[in-house]
Formats: sequence, C-alpha cells, structure tokens
Amino acid sequence: MNGNALDLAILVLVPPLLPAVIARTKAFFAGRRGQPLLQPYRDILRLLRKDAVYSRTTTWVFRAGPLVSCATALAAGAVLPLSASRHAGGFSGDIVVFAYLLGLGRFFTMAAALDTGSSFEGMGASREAAFSSLAEPALFVALAILAINARALSFAGTFGALTWSMWGWNAPVLLVACLAIGVVLLAENARIPIDDPNTHLELTMVHEVMVLDHGSVDLALVQYGSAVRLFVFGALFLHTVLPHLEVSHSTGAAILLAGELAVAVMVGVVESVMARLRLPRVPQVLAGAGLLAAIGLIIQLARSAR
Amino acid sequence: MIPLALAVIGLLLFSGLLALAWPARRMALRVSATGMGGACLLGLIGSAQSLISGTAPESLRAAWSLPIGELHVGSDALTAYFLLCISAVSGLAAWYGAGYLRAYTDRRATGVTQALFALLLASMVGVVIARDAVLFLVCWEVMTIASFFLVTFEDERSEVRRAGWVYLIASHVGVTALFVLFGVLYRHAGGSFDFARLAGHGMQPGAATACFLLAFVGFGTKAGLWPLHLWLPDAHPAAPSHVSAVMSGVMIKLGIYGLLRALAFLGPPTLWQGEFLLGIGIISALLGVLNALAQHDLKRLLAYHSVENMGIITIGLGLGLIGQVRGNPTLALLGYSGALLHVLNHGLFKSLLFEAAGSIHHATGTREMSLLGGLARAMPVTALCFLAGAIAICGLPPLNGFVSEWLVYLGAFRGATELGGGAAAASVAVIAMLALVGGLAVACFVKAYGVVFLGEPRRPAVAPHDASWSMRLPMALGALACVGIGLWPAGILALVSRPATLLAGAPGTSLDLPATVAPLTSVAVSVAALVVVLALVRVALLRRREVRSAATWACGYEAPSPRMQYTAASFAAPVLEPFAALLYGKRHEERPAGCFPERASHEVHHGDAAGERVLVPLVLGIARWLGRSRAIQHGRLQLYLVYILITLIALMAWQLSRTPWRP
Amino acid sequence: MTAWTDLGLLGVIVTDLFVLSTTRIGACIRALTIQGILLAVLPPLLHGGPGTSGQLVITALVTLLIKAVVIPRLLSRAMRDAEVRREAQPFVSMHLSGLLGVSLVAFAFWVGRALRLPIAVASDLILPVSLATFFVGFLVLVSRRKAITQVVGFLMLENGVFLFGLCLTRALPFVVELAVLLDVLVGVFVMGIMIHHIRQEFDHLDTFELASLKE
Repeated sequence: MNGNALDLAILVLVPPLLPAVIARTKAFFAGRRGQPLLQPYRDILRLLRKDAVYSRTTTWVFRAGPLVSCATALAAGAVLPLSASRHAGGFSGDIVVFAYLLGLGRFFTMAAALDTGSSFEGMGASREAAFSSLAEPALFVALAILAINARALSFAGTFGALTWSMWGWNAPVLLVACLAIGVVLLAENARIPIDDPNTHLELTMVHEVMVLDHGSVDLALVQYGSAVRLFVFGALFLHTVLPHLEVSHSTGAAILLAGELAVAVMVGVVESVMARLRLPRVPQVLAGAGLLAAIGLIIQLARSAR
Repeated sequence: MIPLALAVIGLLLFSGLLALAWPARRMALRVSATGMGGACLLGLIGSAQSLISGTAPESLRAAWSLPIGELHVGSDALTAYFLLCISAVSGLAAWYGAGYLRAYTDRRATGVTQALFALLLASMVGVVIARDAVLFLVCWEVMTIASFFLVTFEDERSEVRRAGWVYLIASHVGVTALFVLFGVLYRHAGGSFDFARLAGHGMQPGAATACFLLAFVGFGTKAGLWPLHLWLPDAHPAAPSHVSAVMSGVMIKLGIYGLLRALAFLGPPTLWQGEFLLGIGIISALLGVLNALAQHDLKRLLAYHSVENMGIITIGLGLGLIGQVRGNPTLALLGYSGALLHVLNHGLFKSLLFEAAGSIHHATGTREMSLLGGLARAMPVTALCFLAGAIAICGLPPLNGFVSEWLVYLGAFRGATELGGGAAAASVAVIAMLALVGGLAVACFVKAYGVVFLGEPRRPAVAPHDASWSMRLPMALGALACVGIGLWPAGILALVSRPATLLAGAPGTSLDLPATVAPLTSVAVSVAALVVVLALVRVALLRRREVRSAATWACGYEAPSPRMQYTAASFAAPVLEPFAALLYGKRHEERPAGCFPERASHEVHHGDAAGERVLVPLVLGIARWLGRSRAIQHGRLQLYLVYILITLIALMAWQLSRTPWRP
Repeated sequence: MTAWTDLGLLGVIVTDLFVLSTTRIGACIRALTIQGILLAVLPPLLHGGPGTSGQLVITALVTLLIKAVVIPRLLSRAMRDAEVRREAQPFVSMHLSGLLGVSLVAFAFWVGRALRLPIAVASDLILPVSLATFFVGFLVLVSRRKAITQVVGFLMLENGVFLFGLCLTRALPFVVELAVLLDVLVGVFVMGIMIHHIRQEFDHLDTFELASLKE
C-alpha cells in the first residue's frame, strides 16, 4: 500500500465530485446550467437513509457485489501513487495487483447481476465481460510500454522516471500509451462512446443494466464505487500524461486535484461531442486501442534495443 | 525422504488391496479411503518437512529381475515438491471419492475402482521418485493404464468408451515418443538408463533439438498442451469426479515434471527452447480459455481450463529457460517459481472445482449448465467452495491463483524491461496474452458460477440437496488451502524456493521469494478488512430501516419465467464473437416465422478447432491410405494362418541369411 | 523538432492500420487524406530550418495539393459514381487484417533495424514507417475486392515509397520527386476512368469477378 493520510483522504472524499463535473460540462455544452457540484454527495447520503428491498431470487452474492466492487476500487486507489509528487514506495508488480483488484470487483459485480435471474442483467454482465476482456490487454500493453520506458516494475518507478524531456524524444510512445489508457478509462467507467450511463433504454445499456436491482445502501455503494474507479483511472491517466514533478507533497496533491478535474472535464467534452457507438463497434474500438498500444510497444522495443 | 516415499507407495497399495478384499463395499470404501488419506498425509508432512529443512538429494539402488535398467529411486527438491502436490490433492480427492462412490456401491464393483485409484496414486509417486528410465516408464505406463480404467468407469455410455479409447491412443502416441527419446538418450549416455548418467552427457545441437521435440510430444501429451490436448476435454469429464480431480489436478502436471527432468538431459538450454515453450504456453492458454468459454458441459469447461492453466505453467517454464539462457537468474527464478507454484495451486483449485462439479452431478443428475441454475440456495457449501475455486482459477486476488500468475507476470515484466530484442518482445506478448486470458477466464467463471448457482433453477422439477459431509469437507479444506495460500503466500514460497532454485541453476540471485510476495498479504488483508467494514456499515444503516423481499424488479416485467434468464451460451456469445476465427462453432437455427410464430430454436455447438480442422482430416487421410491394405483382408481363418506361416518362414530365412553358414 | 516528426510518423502508421481495419470506403479515403497531409508536412519538418529552400516549400505545397486535395476528390467522386460505400466481403476478415497489419509493422521495424542507409536519417522511425506503409498498402491491395479500395492500397504503397524517398531526399533531385507525384496522379486518373468503365460494363466493382474474363 502506497499512500499517506492526505492521499487516502483525497481518495475517499473527492471521487463523487467527478461525475458532477462531467455532468456540468455536458450541461454547459447543451446550454443548460446543470446540477450542483455536490449533488452526487447528496444522492449518496439520501440513498444511505433509504429502506431496502432485495429480490427473493438473490443470495448473499448479490449483497456482496457492491461491497467488493467498492472495496476493490478503494484498494486499487491505495495501490496507485496518487499525489503527483509521490513517486516512491510501492512494490514490484503493483501494476498487476492494481488491474487484478479491479478485476475482482468486476467479477462480483457481474455475479451479482446474474444472481437476480433477470435477463436484462445477464445481458449487461455478458457485455461487461466481453468488453473488459478486450480492454484488459490494451491497459496491460500500455502499462508495459511505460514500464519498459522506465525500466521499472512498480508504479512508483514507472511514473518517477517520466520527465519532460521524454516527451521530446519519445513522444509517439507516450502519446500512444496515453491514448490507450484514455480509451480504457472510458470503457472501464462506462462512459460515452463505449457505454452511456444516462441512457433510458435498458437494451442498450452495459454497466447500468447490471445494477438495476440494487437499491438503498447498495446503490449508494455502487455509485460511490464507480466514482472511485473513475478517480483511480483518472489518476492513472494523469500520471501517464504528467511527468514526474519535484514538488512538495501538498502541491502534488493540489496538482492531482486539478488534474482530476481536468480529466473529468475532458470526459465531459468527449461525451458532449461524440455519439455513443453501436454495440458491435465497441469491441473494434477496444481492439483498436490494443493494436495502437502494440504499435507503441514496437516502437518502444525498437528504441530501447539500441 | 526415500523411505517415506516408499512407505507412502506401500500404504497406498495396501489400501487398494483392502478395498479389493474387504467384504462390505461401503466399509471397504471408507477403510481404503482412510488408508489413502493417511498415506497422503504422511507424504504431505514428509515432503513439506524435507522442503523446509532442505535435505540433501538421496538415492537408493537395488537389483531387479528385468534385463535392462535397475531399481534406482532418488529424491531431490523437485521430487519432494511434486510429492507435496500429489499428496495434497490426492488426499482430499481420495476422501471425497469415498463419499462420491457410495452412491454406486449397489451397482458397481467400487472396490476395483478404489483399488485402481490407489494404484494410480502409487504410480504417480513412483514416477517422481524413479531415477532410472525403465522404472520411470514402467510407472508412467501403470499410471496411464490405471487412469484409463478409471476414465471408463461408466463404460455403458458410448461417449465414455470413446473418451477412454481416445485417451489410451493419445497416451500411447506420447509414450512412443518417450521410448524413442530414452532410446536416443541411452545411446548418448553410453548405454545407460540411469538418470544421473543421462544428465552428465552433452549433446550435439541437432540431437538436442530432436530430443527436445520428442520430450515435448511425449510429456506435452500427458500435460495436455496445445495441440496435443485433444484427449483431455473428452477424458476428464468422462471419469468419476474424484478421478477427474486427480487427473486434472496432478496427473497432467507430471507431464511438466517429465519435461523438467528431460530438459536436464539435453545439456545447456537454448533460447529457442524457451521461446518455443513460451509460444506453446500462450497458444494453450488462449485457446484453452476460449474453448472453455464455449462449453455447456460443466466438467468439459473445467477440462478446457486445465489446458489454459497448463499453458500458464508452460509460460512460466519458458520464462525460466529464457532467464537461464540470457544469464538473468532473477528472471529464471521468477519464471520457475511461478510455474511450480501454479502446479500446486492449479492442483488445489481444479480438484476443488471438479469435486464441486461432481457434487452437482450427484444432486441434479446433469452437468449441462443450461439445465441448472439457482443451486446456491440448495447447496450452499458446494456453492461457496465453487466460488472460491472460481476466483482462484481466474487468478484474482486474494486467492492462491493470483500469487502464481503474479509471479509469472513479474517474470514477464522483468523480461520485458531487462532483456532486449526478441526475448523482450516475447515477454510483452506474454503480458498481453495473460491479460487477455485473465479477462476471458473471469468471463468464463462468472458464466459457470452465475448460470449454475445463481438465479432461478431452469428446470424447476428437480429438488437438489447438498452433498454429504464426506464430500463437503474435502472441498472445504481445499478452499481453505486456496484462501490460506492467497493470504499468506510467503509461507508457501518458502517451500517453492528450493526446487525453483534447483531448476534455475545459478544461485547468484539476490531475489528473496518470500519477501517478494509479502506485499500481497497486506493487499489481501486490507481488501478483506475493507469489505468487512463496508458490510458492518451497511448492517448498521439497515438496522433502523425496513428490509423487504420481493420479486426481481427487472424493469418491471411482471411474469418472468426462469427460462428467460441468460443461458451459458447467450452469456458467452458476445465474448466469443471477436475470436470466432479461432473456434469451431456450429449453429442450428430455426427462426420464428409468420405473424404468429409457433416454434423457434437456436443452438450453438463448439468443437475443438485443432481437432476438427487438423486432426480429423489427418486421421481420415491416414485411414484412407491404410484402407488400401484391405485387399489382403478376407476374413478367412485359413488365409490368416497362411500369412502367419509366410511371415514365420520369411523371418527365419532372413535371420539365417544373416548368420554365416557353419556346417 | 524530432518530437513532431515522430508524431507525424506515428500518425502515418495509425492511418495505415485504420485503413486496414475499416470496411467503409469513405473512411478509407479520409484516412488517406490525413496521410497525404502528414506526408506533405513531414519533409519541411525533417529538413527545414532557418534557411529553408524554396524547393522544399514548393514540394510540400504540390504534395499537399495532389495527395490531400486532388486524389481524395477523385476517389470520392469515383465512390459516388460507382455507388459503393463498403468493402462488403474482403478476402481477409477485419480482425485478422488488423493483426496482420501489426505483425507487418513489427516486421518492418525488424527490417528497419537491420537495414543500413548510406546517409544519416533525422529520425529512427522514418525507415520502418515507410516500410510498414509499403507493406500495409500491399496487404490492402491483395486483400480487398473493390477497385476503389485497391486504388487506396496502391496509393498507400506509393506513400511508403515517398517516405522512403524522404530518407534519401538530399540525394534525390526534387524534379524527380515531382515527376513521381505526377505519375501517380496520372495513374489515379487512369484508374478512375477504369473504375467508371468497369462499373458501366459489369454493374459492380468486384475485381474478383474479372477473373471470369479469361477464356
């Protein structure tokens, strides 16, 4: 584990802000004012005070789903170095731990969806399985590129070695890594163009349709967990884009916050200017991200061999 | 260590004899299972103790009546480690088997089955302690034959008989390769079958390549590596579940053991061997998991997952070899330890899963996933154990599968960052493929667990019950072992590090394996603690609220039927879609027609692409070619006797013409 | 400066793979346009500096005109006339051709490392990217049925040659460069006319069917 109190406090408290920023950005593009920035916090608090209804079909797996997905998102955030200045600590292979923790959360989310016995939720789980299995290689190849670039096996070493001058001589590789991680960010967090979190037709949903039967505290956990996952992927993206900075820890944390807001605005812009892809196109886009990452990898290998 | 192993063999054989001789069938099962369990416990404790204390290699020779070879047994860290794996998995399986076979006591000679099972276990121990090629092959054959009879346990079913034949033929193709291999080695070692002398001789690169390929065919067939895996998805489902557990859990691992031993005979490893194993491992892992995803039969699905996991083990071996060749002992150690740990881990969770599948078969009478559903409420313990096995086999933290996959990942990352050129590219291919395979495995086991245990029963008539305690307890112990290794990997790596160092050869690495995996404990513990905290928070919040039960909301549809649930095939379809070119799928479709459609159906079947596209045409071609010899077959007895006579005369004439004439 | 060159070359590879993995002919033509713009910008980036010669600017402008304006126009018109929008049944599936493309790129990088050039090159990516574009163009040429996509493949192949020329551009007089561009333009004209006639004769653009013309 790789954080101190400030980082962990940010990880726990800030994430629900991001969906609100995305919504505000989209509202701006649509010429509306949009929801207050604290709305997601209010939603979660309101849900926490509600009565609960559970389906008679479900077992304990259904109730474990939100717990595990939320806990793994938080744990993944704790594995990742958060503040822009903290590029020390960690352990060899925490890159893999990060991705697999999120995988564990996904396992339980999908199992919980199947637990309801609803064909809608089975459909969502099936799509999630299909898309995430294609997103995973893209993420890993992108991380491998960065690891080879830095000759390190941990997040701290990988990100600590990124410098401004690297963008000068290794720009294509870094750009490709950023793009691949950006696509994975959109895919894993169910954003447009991969998935539409605000759609009204269940047949076209991917992620939302899996949590149709969750309510009350469980729904609050689901919403909070997905905000945390967005935050965590945002931090990953940010560290890939931003070189290592020699600043004090609090400045680093401030940069992290500013960067996360920027990522949220960016996601909002993408959601505003792009249409959601037809479902059969999604695997193509994810595979394309993987291919792109593979190209970056080839360049990186050719360069590091010299 | 050797006396211990011999005692284990003796005790196993004695238990087998007891099972044959004991008059009351049910009691015989219990008594022999106790004996086998005791033997395995003995083997487990002894091998673990030997691995911890690091006893020196031993050997014991004795004369025997065969004209070739000698009775030479020995032990080293590798032997001890595989003995540990055999004991851990087989003990639980034997215990489970006694419960599993009880349902058959009035219909079948379960004593014979139990005796064959004991023979299988004993021969596996024999394989790992043999230090002479002849002895090794004898044990290997006994193992094959015993498992063949166990596979054909339900021999009244035609698909079981077919699976048995396929298994027997595949095994003998493999064994033929081994005969040739040891023959070549015999000549190179100057006429000795002794392992110690086989290892001492350098080989020409050409001969080493040929021997390597022979060893790959011989041992890869047993290990179920692509493209030699075709027997596996037929044979494993056909056998009784405790036999599937042992076959899939340990017997196929002996292929890996054999490969490791054979590599030592071929002189210094070369880069292409490592890259070859890496490639085979990647293909096995990917095609294994894709085919598993396409299956509807639960045990067949598990069998294909064995191919996948053997692929991961082989990837680890390949990384180890590459590390050795490129002078990177850390990489070698990571690769070998990942592979070896995965041998144990896969043994544990795969036997657990097969046993759970057996319990489901017992309770419902089917293994067809499309007919099952909602079993978690009727069989809570089995469901929990299956879930543990599923998470472990997907390689997800905090269970044991993650630890070994993580070590392989770590090796691949090291290979990618520290080696240059082709080896680095191969390492990154490993990373990408492991990620893809991991994602697909998650899809596969969400499907298996979700369709079988969650939701509503798809066939409401059956009222299943959970398995008996003698079947539940071994599963629970296996699941506990998976959790234990996942939570405290440093402990098990203390056992793995000795054989891994033995394989990696050079001791010149500063890598401390237990310390490397230590952070995983804190990750696992913090995730578990977070889940518990969140659960407590939820309990506290809901205490003051009303908690109701209702029907699944499902967008407000009021009359759902269990048949409307997503099935195994429909769940897998979108996942498999991008990989359609790698699979061999057949579709039968009857579309609804007209304004008032009456019936419609949609079926998807998946065969094995390697089998359907390569092996079947090949075999048919050979059969056609051999069909020409039908001209000499007339079915008349006299004619055949004439053939024999002619052969005899020809042989005598040939032999006499070779010997010089002496009046 | 290298960073921008590298990014431009990356863009060339990405457009290569994009053409390989899309069935829509319109998208192929757009990708080709982008590739044309990149190719026009690359020579000044590589060899430009304070004392940029007029030749370099003229070449860049002519390239831009031909590769990014004239040829795409012609192709779009051919597409509109022929009323084909999709490469319906390629010989190689899209997933497979994407994978093949990546393998070809890897192969190009492998070759590019082994090949020794007579003069120093400003960026280590030009040679492999030019080879990759060449190979991918070839792959498009052989794996597609429609005449228009084949023209696209041919143009990519030519782009690869153009990039290769960039490595040697100090030695290559720019008149030759311009002449090559003109040749290509004429080639595209001829193909446009061909496509028009195939369409009039056969009612479709499937070149595979041309095999039936043999005796």
